[in-house]
Amino acid sequence: MSEDIINQVTQGEYKYGFTTDIDTEVIPMGLNEEIVRLISAKKNEPEWLLDFRIKSYRHWLTMKMPTWAHLEIPPIDFQNISYYAAPRKKSPKSLEEVDPEVLKTFDKLGIPLEEQKALSGMAVDAVMDSISVKTTFKENLAELGIIFCSFSEAVQHHPDLVQKYMGSVVPYTDNFFATLNSAVFSDGSFVYIPKGVRCPMELSTYFRINASNTGQFERTLIVADEDSYVSYLEGCTAPMRDENQLHAAIVEIIALKNAEVKYSTVQNWYPGDKEGKGGIYNFVTKRGICKGENSKISWTQVETGSAITWKYPSCILQGDNSSAEFYSVAVTNHFQQADTGTKMIHLGKNTRSHILSKGISAGFGQNSYRGLVRVSKNADNARNFSQCDSLLLGDKCGAHTFPYMDVNNDTAIVEHEATTSKISEEQIFYCNQRGISTEDAVGLIVNGYAREVINKLPMEFAVEAQKLLQITLEGSVG
Amino acid sequence: MLEIKNLHASINGKEILKGVNLTIQAGEIHAIMGPNGAGKSTLAWVLSGNPAVEVTHGEINFNGKNLLEMSPEDRSREGIFLSFQYPVEIPGVSMVNFMRTAVNEQRKYKNLEPLSAADFLRLMREKKELVEMDNKLTSRSVNEGFSGGEKKRNEIFQMAMLEPKLAILDETDSGLDIDALRIVANGVNKLKRPDNAALVITHYQRLLDYIIPDFVHVFYDGRIVKTGDKNLALELEEKGYDWIKKEVETPIEQ
Repeated sequence: MSEDIINQVTQGEYKYGFTTDIDTEVIPMGLNEEIVRLISAKKNEPEWLLDFRIKSYRHWLTMKMPTWAHLEIPPIDFQNISYYAAPRKKSPKSLEEVDPEVLKTFDKLGIPLEEQKALSGMAVDAVMDSISVKTTFKENLAELGIIFCSFSEAVQHHPDLVQKYMGSVVPYTDNFFATLNSAVFSDGSFVYIPKGVRCPMELSTYFRINASNTGQFERTLIVADEDSYVSYLEGCTAPMRDENQLHAAIVEIIALKNAEVKYSTVQNWYPGDKEGKGGIYNFVTKRGICKGENSKISWTQVETGSAITWKYPSCILQGDNSSAEFYSVAVTNHFQQADTGTKMIHLGKNTRSHILSKGISAGFGQNSYRGLVRVSKNADNARNFSQCDSLLLGDKCGAHTFPYMDVNNDTAIVEHEATTSKISEEQIFYCNQRGISTEDAVGLIVNGYAREVINKLPMEFAVEAQKLLQITLEGSVG
Repeated sequence: MLEIKNLHASINGKEILKGVNLTIQAGEIHAIMGPNGAGKSTLAWVLSGNPAVEVTHGEINFNGKNLLEMSPEDRSREGIFLSFQYPVEIPGVSMVNFMRTAVNEQRKYKNLEPLSAADFLRLMREKKELVEMDNKLTSRSVNEGFSGGEKKRNEIFQMAMLEPKLAILDETDSGLDIDALRIVANGVNKLKRPDNAALVITHYQRLLDYIIPDFVHVFYDGRIVKTGDKNLALELEEKGYDWIKKEVETPIEQ
């Protein structure tokens, strides 16, 4: 494809790059044990949680940043980040107490926090910088025994549940970024679905970074008790800034016997500008455990943002007959880099996992799929199918696939398929000849390519994700 | 409707078209015949705006507009349709979605509202019957896994959907068995109106048994060397192209 067309299509603008002028409390930059204690004190945390943080911090000091990913990561100065920033008006009891500027911000992002205006069938926890500003439909959900609140609130009101499950899937020693998060995490969402309850609405957390020179370190914990079901969605955006900002989150999911958790992400952090300046560094540890028999976890992600993405939503299939799915579309344009994939760890008998990864690279983007399928000795009849497809737009981008398999049981069936394709000039001309512009043609082809994954998203988000793909690749026809 | 004057064009720097002159009026069917490599398909590409072809000289006027200044998509929206010799597969894009986008782009260009889903599906059904196209084909991705004949029939189906002013059929008959040929030709004939025209590029005379041309042009070495009525096609069928070559290559003595 000719140079101009490539340039034209890579001009997509980031729509969420504005900042909000609100009174924000930011603690001094730098990281030491005092800071960790300060964060804990600000949140009025119990002793056991402070201990967990301190333990994590001390362990983190012994660790080095991992270098195995196919990413070029500029050195990060962890002393040059503020680890806590919060809109000053804290824990509003009602909507009237929320800073109107904050409300406006979320309105602008299309996330209405007024319940009467909210999308039907969805409850939202809105997190700005380090704290949760508002959770909608909390009371309605409570009638069913469902707990949906900010992580800090859960620590205060449901300490037993938090203490029992926090760190049980991602231990504080897990990896460099997870350990850092365990020391300094500020807020996030907590979900508990009681036995036998099918959550009647989508639960959603919307993360927004606003303050500059801060990192966002949130933690999400979802516990689905026996025979329960929940569908959870996460969205995120950040202002356009010249400097890079760090986002290092943890998500833990626990599915007990016969429970099903569907976790969907539309990740749209600021990706940096066309020259590769600025953007979010997204280092996230997401892991679920199918703890009980017949439990099911599925991850669906549409990754369009961030300058660097390092993310492997994984599943431990412990319960017999449990199953797990990973559906992913990752787009890299301009100078974005993504190293993303999953790990499926089969422990129980008759466990099944399905991986479908669709990478799209444009501009100078580098897109890697990295996946591990492990079948342990006792996992009789484990079954995995992995499909990794790459679509290239232009000839300056890259697509890479790193599949790992570790099979220790003869009855396992593990399959891997991979394809790489390019949008050809012939395809574009064919569309043009039918009256479809080059940009619309790329949109059609990319959405067609990603359709299988997008179809897994809840309705409203499928539409949003489709538009987002088009915007991200606007001007980048290859 | 269409007026081509002294058209020269090249691909990768090699001159393929060397001075083509052709005028097509509304209501006419023109056939272009000629040996392989004469430049027949190149002419189809120039008319449809394929960026692989560079026009080095000449003019093309289409309904009063300078065609060479238009983007390929605008040419389509102005009513030029190319039935591809080798239709392209677009995996993941359903025929329905593809066609709806195409039809609505054409409507937008004419300041018309997009078709409602119901109206669109009705139109699809109607046009599918016209070309006797299997229902299951339109639920698949564009041309993906279609047989050669199905692809060609799909081209005529798209032509029926878009109702072009000038339809260019580039060797639509190649690779078709006799039944498929009849269906394709029938489709073309049914779409024939006094206000549209067709340019049929073919290698063999047999398509012209079904689509009766008003003019037959013989293409050789990048230009039209002979023009006649439908009988010229029969003559070519009988004698082959060699006598044309000889006629062209022998200097005419005066």
